[in-house]
Amino acid sequence: MSEHMKREAVARPLIFEIGSPESRCVEAPTLDVPDIDMAATLGSGARSRAVRLPHVTEIEIARHYQHLASVNFGVDSGFYPLGSCTMKYNPRIDEWACRLPGFSAIHPYQPAESVQGALGLMHGLQDALGEISGLPAVSLQPAAGAHGELTALMAIRAYHVANGDARKRVIIPDTAHGTNPATVAMCGYSVTQVPSNDRGGVDLEALKAALDTDVAALMLTNPNTLGLFDENIVAITDMVHAVGALAFCDGANLNAILGKVRPGDMGFDAMHINLHKTFATPHGGGGPGAGPVCVTDALAEFLPGPVVVKDADGSFALATPARSIGRIKAFLGNFGVLVRAYTYIRALGAEGITEVSEQAVLSANYVKERLRGAFDLAYDRTCMHEFVLSGERQRKQHGVRTLDMAKRLLDHGVHPPTVYFPLLVHEAIMIEPTETESLEVLDEFVDAMLAIAREVEENPEMLHEAPYTTPVRRLDEAAAVKQPDLAWKPAE
Amino acid sequence: MRFIPVSCEQRETMLHAVGARTVDELFEVIPASVRLARPLALPSGMSEIDLAAEIEALAVSNTGGLVSFLGGGCYDHYIPAIVDSVVSKPEFFTAYTPYQPEISQGTLQAIYEYQSMVCALTGMDVANASMYDGATAFVEAALMAARVTKRHRVVVSGAAHPEWLEVLATYAESGMIEVVTCPATAGVTDIEALTGLAVDAAAVLVASPSFLGCVEDVPAIAAVAHEAGALVVVASNPILLGVMEAPGVLGADIVVGEGQPLGNAMAFGGPGFGFFACKEQFIRQMPGRIAGRTTDVDGRPGFVLTMQTREQHIRREKATSNICSNHALNALAAGVYLASVGTVGLEGIGRACIAKAHYLHDVLIATGRFSAVSDAAFGNEFALRYDGDIAAMQHAMLERGFLAGLDVSRFSDDYAGLVLFAVTEKRTRAQMDRFVGEVVSL
Repeated sequence: MSEHMKREAVARPLIFEIGSPESRCVEAPTLDVPDIDMAATLGSGARSRAVRLPHVTEIEIARHYQHLASVNFGVDSGFYPLGSCTMKYNPRIDEWACRLPGFSAIHPYQPAESVQGALGLMHGLQDALGEISGLPAVSLQPAAGAHGELTALMAIRAYHVANGDARKRVIIPDTAHGTNPATVAMCGYSVTQVPSNDRGGVDLEALKAALDTDVAALMLTNPNTLGLFDENIVAITDMVHAVGALAFCDGANLNAILGKVRPGDMGFDAMHINLHKTFATPHGGGGPGAGPVCVTDALAEFLPGPVVVKDADGSFALATPARSIGRIKAFLGNFGVLVRAYTYIRALGAEGITEVSEQAVLSANYVKERLRGAFDLAYDRTCMHEFVLSGERQRKQHGVRTLDMAKRLLDHGVHPPTVYFPLLVHEAIMIEPTETESLEVLDEFVDAMLAIAREVEENPEMLHEAPYTTPVRRLDEAAAVKQPDLAWKPAE
Repeated sequence: MRFIPVSCEQRETMLHAVGARTVDELFEVIPASVRLARPLALPSGMSEIDLAAEIEALAVSNTGGLVSFLGGGCYDHYIPAIVDSVVSKPEFFTAYTPYQPEISQGTLQAIYEYQSMVCALTGMDVANASMYDGATAFVEAALMAARVTKRHRVVVSGAAHPEWLEVLATYAESGMIEVVTCPATAGVTDIEALTGLAVDAAAVLVASPSFLGCVEDVPAIAAVAHEAGALVVVASNPILLGVMEAPGVLGADIVVGEGQPLGNAMAFGGPGFGFFACKEQFIRQMPGRIAGRTTDVDGRPGFVLTMQTREQHIRREKATSNICSNHALNALAAGVYLASVGTVGLEGIGRACIAKAHYLHDVLIATGRFSAVSDAAFGNEFALRYDGDIAAMQHAMLERGFLAGLDVSRFSDDYAGLVLFAVTEKRTRAQMDRFVGEVVSL
């Protein structure tokens, strides 16, 4: 593991286990109004027992979280080729921007006249995402990718209901992210899965057989989770439209095609965009992200409200589309994330945004070519921004699984690729380098992978035990489920 | 600006290695008929210096520095300096979801500690790692209750946040649940009406304090719900839980809420985060990620994401929710916030909010321009009827540097004539006296 992440002799105590009952950090302000009797004011609503929170001084908080940071790996720590997650560098100008008091300290219910800058920024982002996606109507409200999928599917459902029939099924290919079928279920539809063909694209015969007037939509990621662009995309969206269904593009892989091809031009009717992937907003250890939805003019009136509109006098206002599905979260969306994405788009401009995809695709193909031979390629084609290897050879010949190789990468200071996904590739290893890594970093990664491939042949036993140098080693996940310890509880 | 550390020469090396002459060759798989044949119609890129000036100009064009009495689910609380120091650590904010526990112990332990704090606040056994916001946590609680009880209909108090009611209605369009709204009067749920509506319901959902700031009779609501076999979902404001009773003690089965008050900026309404906690017996129906403590192969304690067979990446269409990304960094901020204020600070801050709200309430009533609409107990927020044109009053007060509460008539005709005032620990008596003086002078 990299220098900063050494193993410690003893585990760090929980924050509940440090400090003393007298320790204080931030105290309440001096009360400058008459105090009130809580029991008299709140009745049964008054607290009967004090909340058991940590009691620590500021230096203890600072050191506690500094330690936790030191046993955590982020993009700033090292290479993070996590397929489908687009772990690119998070520019610091974006972090600076979202913390400006004019953005961070405004309230969502302030009068529009007092937040014209914020509304103007949102309007600018709506326009930019509409241009990039080729789908002109945009809602910035969804909080995450899966939330955007759900929003788009709800809008599609509302469109069908308005045309007299909600329909029953949604088609997804076998390469889909898990959020796709889960979203379909939350929207009250059933899932019909279609297989991939031998080139990794949608099997057109199977799609044709699955399509009828019960189908509300196709959800497709293109390029898909194999990192492959579906060459039949126009035929696919035409077939979907022919039965009156709509085509939804999962935007998880948008980083591959910026300025090269637009989902709207491929025939998609709706898509979501993960700002925390393509537009460089940080993942935050799991979130917050933002999942704006872009749709055709025909679907615009169903978008969740409010959206930002520009009035005739040039001022910005909030408006709810005519036949809106309604809100899908409180307030206006993850504005702090929107500020970061807007700042990123302004920094890069049209040319810079296109260069992102050019380099992302070149870097992925470069790493793929260098690993060819040592590992099996799931599909031997020019890839887009990511590609999938199979560890099947290593498993069959040496009994080493993809999981073992992924864990061994930790000893090389690299975050492992996505593994065991997509589900149709045995022992899958899904690698997405992103455009923000240097050639030196890519070569170091390749060298680490090649070294591991040699270790598989020479010392397979050793890999079953990896990693060796991380702050903790393989954890007992079965015990975690069997005897759940999910919260610290004070001794009674 | 450009964030690509590859030189032109290196690009040629890479092209040579992949057997392509130009980058465009790599995109030839895209049908020519749909390829974009023109540059994107976006402005040109900018240097960081020019960009910073442009962004700052946008930020300062928003009116800042206002003395705010705006609430309604988003509040102007103090954020300790240590909070941003911690969430700005790149090891936290540039990390992905902790699926590789060996190098994610920081995020995982912080989540475990956060879950523990949420349990302590709410009086629940287990909490998840966060949801998008209070509204979506509210919806997920309704969906979970339907799974647990195998019932279809949920009853929600009409006194809850109107936007939360709207989000619930949006999700219910799918047919997964049916939503019935229980009438409320002046911000308080009508328990008599609830008694009839709760029959055969999966859940009764209530907010306390309600949207208008009223403290609900949660024990009575819980008794009605439990009598009918329904689960009790209580939405609470976490910053008040140092002085307000843990909903678990009052009979809640699931407790949710908007976590923004705990160390998160208002940020024009997001990102805050939703917290979600429940009784242990329901854990397998819980949505979202959960961190648990276990040991590694050497017997060292460590943390993992656990019970993942509930989640979409394993269970796909049978998952308990489609949620993937959550609001981990906002939950981290809340954990740091709660550690920094501690038991005593949280109690004092909650007390200050409520005492100051009562002070403002009383002095506004004393002006004769405002009248009470309810005699229910309230916490940090209260609604008053204004004897005059609310929009004109708010506009005049904005010019004087005040955000004069929320005109709640925008949400419902039932709220016509009402202004909702929120008071945080940051408001001073001097600010409130000045505010009242200005309102009287209008």
